[in-house]
Amino acid sequence: MSTALLTDLVIFVLSLWVGFEVISKVPATLHTPLMSAANSIHGIILVGAMLIAAATNTWVGYVIAFVAAMFASANVVGGYVVTGRMLKMFRRRPAAPAGTAAPAAPAAATRNGQAS
Amino acid sequence: MSGFSFATQLIYVLAASCFVLGLHLMNTPATARRGNQFSVAGMVIAIATTLALIVHAGVITATGWTVMLVGVLIGGGVGLYAARTVQMTAMPQLVSMFNAVGGGAAALVAIHDYIHLAGAAGGVAESTTIFTLLDVIIGSVTFSGSVIAAGKLQGVITSAPVTFPGARAVNLLLAALGLAAGGYVIATPSLAGLWIVVAASLAFGVLMVMPIGGADMPVVISLLNAFTGTAVAMAGFVIGNWALIIAGALVGASGGILTKLMADAMNRSIGNIIVGGFGTGDTAVAALPGAGAGVKAIAADDAAIQLAYAGKVIIVPGYGLAAAQAQHEVAELADELESHGVDVSYAIHPVAGRMPGHMNVLLAEANVPYPLLKEMDDVNPEFARTDVALVIGANDVTNPAARRPGTAISGMPILDVDQAKSIIVIKRSMGHGYAGIDNELYTNPKTSMYFADAKTALAELSSAVKTLVG
Repeated sequence: MSTALLTDLVIFVLSLWVGFEVISKVPATLHTPLMSAANSIHGIILVGAMLIAAATNTWVGYVIAFVAAMFASANVVGGYVVTGRMLKMFRRRPAAPAGTAAPAAPAAATRNGQAS
Repeated sequence: MSGFSFATQLIYVLAASCFVLGLHLMNTPATARRGNQFSVAGMVIAIATTLALIVHAGVITATGWTVMLVGVLIGGGVGLYAARTVQMTAMPQLVSMFNAVGGGAAALVAIHDYIHLAGAAGGVAESTTIFTLLDVIIGSVTFSGSVIAAGKLQGVITSAPVTFPGARAVNLLLAALGLAAGGYVIATPSLAGLWIVVAASLAFGVLMVMPIGGADMPVVISLLNAFTGTAVAMAGFVIGNWALIIAGALVGASGGILTKLMADAMNRSIGNIIVGGFGTGDTAVAALPGAGAGVKAIAADDAAIQLAYAGKVIIVPGYGLAAAQAQHEVAELADELESHGVDVSYAIHPVAGRMPGHMNVLLAEANVPYPLLKEMDDVNPEFARTDVALVIGANDVTNPAARRPGTAISGMPILDVDQAKSIIVIKRSMGHGYAGIDNELYTNPKTSMYFADAKTALAELSSAVKTLVG
């Protein structure tokens, strides 16, 4: 077993533990956005797809690079956008009705007023 | 290692750190959006570094650039469109499709690497072949399995478990074929062998998900998510890239945790879910004598008065609520009750939706503040102090039969709805849940059944509260 492979394995195992540690603290309320965020993160495979396109000069390679780049970028872009969209919906208090959206500071003042 | 590649590996680690930080910030809804931004930053850093690496190496052809850019533009465009337009009820399908493309891309990276090395003078190194194979197997299974899962969720493929005689034997055969071909590929490098592995894995993915029923989808999606992460990490081993290894491991851990949580919430082992779904008719049902009798029906006006004069109401939403698209109506009713001084909160069972946390997103979309959404363990002690529990489209997760041994759902953690002082159940008919057994909650003397479609029923309740109580 080469040193490089050993290093890779160590990184993999430690990352798994970091993942378990960090993710077990995410509340159930956020599990769907969490999965969606994890989805966008595995879009990192785009790096691999780009490296194929950079290394190949055969048509098989080009086809594989094209499909992989397409898949991975759909994953990255779609994942992040939909995660952002979901997270925007999570509010501590009900949002003001549409059309009456006030600037941030006065809105905060009203909310405090309601709470007291 | 040259100075340049040393620097790029370090920057990849920086990008991976952004992912960890991003996931860490998801531990509260207040910081989660910042977390997502950190994660985006990590991705941008990783992609920019890769571009620098490619330019520095200088072997990319013009066709290579074109293929890459066109692929990214098309994929990115489709992803953006899907993400912008998807209904929140359809999130599980979208997540499943992202699992599919992620797993597919990971498998392709390994396949290309193998073809590339097989053509090179040095040939294929045995130590990376094992990771190539793992990547190809896991990635292909994820790809075909996720496409089937998405099809089932979308209703393109029947959500009922699909099995045929000898399905298990075919599965075993495919697994054996894949492993044999894999072993051959390790012993003697062979491209044909690799394609057999791909084909066997794709077929295995289809057959793995087809027999799984709709209610088990939260587990399956989580499991496929974990698979995708693992496939990406394996791709990282194949091309020697730390960013892929770390990111893949993080996703694998996340999917693994969610899979366990979902399986625990249904009191089933992952193996049991993969092997066969609920409602396949092989479970003996310990039905209560005279079940179906003694059910008390209630009309909108009476239910509205009961709710409006309650001190504390807990709403128990299930997938039926989402299926009826009644999230906004339930939020309206809750607002109306709150304006009459009723303390309203929501009890969310972990498998209330079609993916982990699905119900929370649906209610958040309907403007329900997240502090009102309570997890099972936190809310269960509150039922005893609750005047009215309003159950909407939830069935098996409220069935007290789970506390007794000998039923199809025995041991499944449930919401203690029957502890409330009175219970109103909105349901279209006395039909069964996925477990196919009678719900003893419905024959409880404290329970009133409101037979109607969730959306209509909730709208009627809101207007009844308005007119009767003012």
